[in-house]
Amino acid sequence: MSKVWRYGDHVDTDVIIPARYLNIADFKELSEHAMEDIDTSFAPNVQPGDYMVAGKNFGCGSSREHAPVVIKEKGIKCLIADSFARIFYRNAINIGLPVLEIGSDVEKIEAGDQLEVDMSKGEIKILNKGITIHTKPLPEFIQKIADCGGLINYIKGENK
Amino acid sequence: MGMTMTEKILAKHAGRDCVSAGDLLVSQVDMVLANDITGPPAINEFEKIGRPVFDKNKIALVPDHFSPCKDIKSATMCKRMRDFARKHEIKNYFEVGRMGIEHALLPDSGLAAPGEIIIGADSHTCTYGALNALSTGMGQTDIGAAMASGTTWFKVPQAIKVTLTGKLPRFVKGKDIILTLIGMIGVDGARYQSLEFCGDGISELTMADRFTICNMAIEAGAKNGIFPVDEKTEAYLKERVTDRSWEAVTADADAVYAREITIELDKLVPVVAYPHLPENTHPAAEGHDIKIDQVVIGSCTNGRLEDLAQAAEIMQGRKVCDHVRMIVIPATQEIYKEAMRLGYIDTFIDAGAAVSTPTCGPCLGGYMGILAAGERAVSTTNRNFRGRMGHVDSEVYLASPYTAAASAVTGYITSPEEVMK
Repeated sequence: MSKVWRYGDHVDTDVIIPARYLNIADFKELSEHAMEDIDTSFAPNVQPGDYMVAGKNFGCGSSREHAPVVIKEKGIKCLIADSFARIFYRNAINIGLPVLEIGSDVEKIEAGDQLEVDMSKGEIKILNKGITIHTKPLPEFIQKIADCGGLINYIKGENK
Repeated sequence: MGMTMTEKILAKHAGRDCVSAGDLLVSQVDMVLANDITGPPAINEFEKIGRPVFDKNKIALVPDHFSPCKDIKSATMCKRMRDFARKHEIKNYFEVGRMGIEHALLPDSGLAAPGEIIIGADSHTCTYGALNALSTGMGQTDIGAAMASGTTWFKVPQAIKVTLTGKLPRFVKGKDIILTLIGMIGVDGARYQSLEFCGDGISELTMADRFTICNMAIEAGAKNGIFPVDEKTEAYLKERVTDRSWEAVTADADAVYAREITIELDKLVPVVAYPHLPENTHPAAEGHDIKIDQVVIGSCTNGRLEDLAQAAEIMQGRKVCDHVRMIVIPATQEIYKEAMRLGYIDTFIDAGAAVSTPTCGPCLGGYMGILAAGERAVSTTNRNFRGRMGHVDSEVYLASPYTAAASAVTGYITSPEEVMK
């Protein structure tokens, strides 16, 4: 059973992955510290296929791509927020971490909810509440990067 | 339809006559930057693409965050970047002893000019907007890709017009202006937008003030901050940008802004951003109850010569309070030497402060001034997020060099006016 990890507004990149660990080059090792400074239970307990849901301005602060990387590394299936800080959002798309920006509808999702997310339709179903949230699709160009699994694959595809 | 400064720079680099907010475009870039934390993973992504660097003269690599290296892991990352720089003959690789904090070093080295686009794998890359450039932070994948292609994609941002009017009070500096603005609009008040500064108050601002203001545009969520060119900009660039011509970019009178804000400089007071968000601003004069353990003067936000001059002005003939550690970090070697020549370094050491070689160190909780649980710092750096300078239960208060130095003297948050009266 997948779990919703629920966080508030302005979750910054310093708490997603504290800078004191940024000398760790191995992303799997680094991900053991994901969210450590606001939620020590996250890294040891998160399961692949879980969802992360947060409020406004998720990922504000540093440009460190390590932030979406450790969330992806921990197997989060989709990261949903009211809004994202721009560098974090860009980084998430570039590394192939599925993200959905859904505005205040995010308040309908609570810890413990059962979610089903269809990225291609931009649709989030809260199964236990019978609620379906529709989101705006990504711009076509950005969707192409996402479909390739990130920017590097997209650019390599251009080379062919 | 008229264009903002940011829109004009994007249009030119994308080969278009006109762009407007929301357009997605692919643009040429003039400089691509990375540091010792973001450089190695950017290089990993670059190598996956399998192309040569797009231009060895248009990549800047600066080991400044955990450098001079604090441990074996950081040394391994710096070595990775150094080896890459040698292999690809990167012209603007700055070794320890010749380096500085990237966002002070690049403009001082003439690597940013009006109308140019600079992207960097560091969120404070937005600093060079002070020089009428479009500069913005990105992640290491974007930077790795741009090192190969010399291009990147942009969404043209909406703009906020920030009009500065009037005269600056004696102890109010660029840091107070940007902290006040962030306090007004919030840490996501300019999310995905550009902050376009204008107004007669700009003539009051030194270049250091403008660098500080643009540096913290990201702290309001902005893509970039940008100033027009005036005589001060020209004087700054004259000595530094000698290898290429540049053209000032001005906003059209009918440019479109999503929002307009006016800041009357006369009404500002020294402010401090309390934990744990830069928007949490309070007048420095109201901080008497907040006892502190450490003061840091430095960083890409406030490590320039003028910042050190202000701190030295306060410390001259005074001592660091018994229960406070004061750490001063000149942002570049050139600034360090000049501060020595002008006697500032003597003043700091005589006052009982530590002085360090250039590094980002404490700002991001790397090293050279980490806080223990329960400790508080007043710092001229840019972020006061939870755990930013050390233990998750430590606190960072953001302030100008004047206010930080005044607080070092008294041992609590103090307005510079109180110490200097």
